[in-house]
Amino acid sequence: MAKSLIQKVWDAHTVRQLANGQTQLLIGTHLIHEVTSPQAFGMLRDLKLPVAMPHRTFATVDHIVPTDQFAEPYSDPLAQAMMDALRKNCAEFGITFFDRQSGKQGVVHIVGPEQGITQPGTTIACGDSHTSTHGAFGAVAFGIGTTQIRDVLATQTMALGELKVRRIEVNGKLHPGVYAKDVILHIIRTLGVNGGTGFAYEYAGDLFDRMSMEERMTVCNMSIEGGARVGYVNPDETTFAYLQGRPYSPKGADWDAAVKRWKSFASDAGCHYDDVVKIDAATIEPTVTWGINPGQGLSVSEFIPDPAKATSVDEKSSIEEALAYMKFKPGAPIKGTKIDVAFLGSCTNGRLSDFQEVAKYMKGRKVAKGIKAIAVPGSQIVALQCAKLGIDKVLSEAGFEWREAGCSMCLAMNSDKLVGDQVSASSSNRNFKGRQGSPTGRTILMSPLMVAAAAITGTVSDVREVFAVSAN
Amino acid sequence: MALAKITQVSGRAVCVSGNDIDTDRIIPARFMKCVSFDGLGEFLFYDVRKNEDGSNKPHPLNESRFNGATILLSGANFGCGSSREHAPQAIQKYGFRAVIAENYAEIFFGNSTTLGMPCLCASREDIAKIAAAVQANPQLEVVLDVVAQEVRFGGQTIKTTQRESARDALINGRWDSIGELIDGKDAVAKLAKTLPYLAA
Repeated sequence: MAKSLIQKVWDAHTVRQLANGQTQLLIGTHLIHEVTSPQAFGMLRDLKLPVAMPHRTFATVDHIVPTDQFAEPYSDPLAQAMMDALRKNCAEFGITFFDRQSGKQGVVHIVGPEQGITQPGTTIACGDSHTSTHGAFGAVAFGIGTTQIRDVLATQTMALGELKVRRIEVNGKLHPGVYAKDVILHIIRTLGVNGGTGFAYEYAGDLFDRMSMEERMTVCNMSIEGGARVGYVNPDETTFAYLQGRPYSPKGADWDAAVKRWKSFASDAGCHYDDVVKIDAATIEPTVTWGINPGQGLSVSEFIPDPAKATSVDEKSSIEEALAYMKFKPGAPIKGTKIDVAFLGSCTNGRLSDFQEVAKYMKGRKVAKGIKAIAVPGSQIVALQCAKLGIDKVLSEAGFEWREAGCSMCLAMNSDKLVGDQVSASSSNRNFKGRQGSPTGRTILMSPLMVAAAAITGTVSDVREVFAVSAN
Repeated sequence: MALAKITQVSGRAVCVSGNDIDTDRIIPARFMKCVSFDGLGEFLFYDVRKNEDGSNKPHPLNESRFNGATILLSGANFGCGSSREHAPQAIQKYGFRAVIAENYAEIFFGNSTTLGMPCLCASREDIAKIAAAVQANPQLEVVLDVVAQEVRFGGQTIKTTQRESARDALINGRWDSIGELIDGKDAVAKLAKTLPYLAA
């Protein structure tokens, strides 16, 4: 019988059915970080249990790390306490820790792929909703809560209900200036922030076939913003080429066997999908958000919605709530909206290709006066690659503060925060109320190059007007 | 590991209305700088409840007449966003024992169930009926019946729905699956041998 990737991975990892009808699923790779794991280790100690598979558990520190301070103790004692707890837990339970001294630290969803830990046909869990990122490799990757982290630490399994599968097929070519970020913002805008509840998203079509691994990661990363628990792309030659030679990738004869195995996980032609959505890539424009959830998106040439024109009571109240928070005028163009902060980074867009694309156009340009612009590489390896290519220098000369690797202003658990009701042009993934560290701060999500354009003009701008963008 | 069978939650209710209430709103990220969940309750909905100087904003949870409510009412897609268990933990630590909303984001729902906090779904109209009744009389006892899948209050009864696996887990006292997962140890070891990438 023809099967989808998720069915094959699910079948290969099913331990047994549980009494309540859920599946006990083996989790091959467990990624942990400092914010959601300390309580889980506490629960493990209470149960007097060891970590079941320490060699399949990998840790890094990302959410709380200061991006302007390397030396410890950190100026924030709470951040230091979380760092210390993770270090202690990893040492005690024999877990590999990519700490800042290793040169391999970074946002957990950037570190896993970079190290070759993220592999096709595997199951991955991490106490972070953006774990869906790893689906770019044809892995089935779940964001989980702390009690489930305990479950995975203790048993290397967790209890899960099956998901439906929606194939999102995007065919055709993107216009110059339109990026993977615009594709996923467009998908979420089209299907809604809760359109994916109960579904896994399979991203397919010739657009995804042509995408690099980093672009696929950007799309899979935001699956959760559309309500989908996981998102994935079927593994192909692009996937294998990315993985070859990475520290945790199989070597020699094992490599050939692994590639053969990985290929076997791709969805079969004619397999069952619970839903299929088709999108023409040429209809996607540079997309930005205007409201307080990632589904409230617009193409940059569109106008801010007017509650008076809403087609339902729900839509009307959600527009009103968003406008009241964002302090935007209904019917006004989103283009030209004044910004205060430009943020480049995050697990969505903090990879080498993101900074490369920005540097290509920022050379010789300057961040507008009065705009605070920060660029935060997603990992120490990304930082190193950028340094080798002189990207850090280009961005610094343009007026960006070039920082140390971490999650930074995506969720502002460190000192990188908006102040008051500042407006941020951000390459991150969430524009919730207060998300970037100020209870009244405002976030406009967009692609990295759109962030660069906003930084130069001081307003939300169309990349195609600010830069002479060429086809990717 | 004997767990309580959660068949019914009864108590007073309060409505925090709105759709797409995300986990950042339920518990802002800055309060997650902790190595324990204790004490999260006081920061529940902090930024919508408090001004920057710490004074109260108008919010149902700031109204003394709703003090002691144990059932939280809300709208659609409740708990969307981050996977932080800090969100249901904050709700529970604040004193809530159950949530009734139109529907829930996936991860939030799973996290809540694992904590033994029923999250039942009801239609908007029915939630509005409960909200109106408790608005008129905050002392009204609301009985949420997980077994019968209904909510009874002031002589009215409304129907609720819930994913069967969650309902089963709650009413049979197996909402925390750790015991069952540990019991599968031998089957896990056997399966792990079939997956080359798990080799030590």
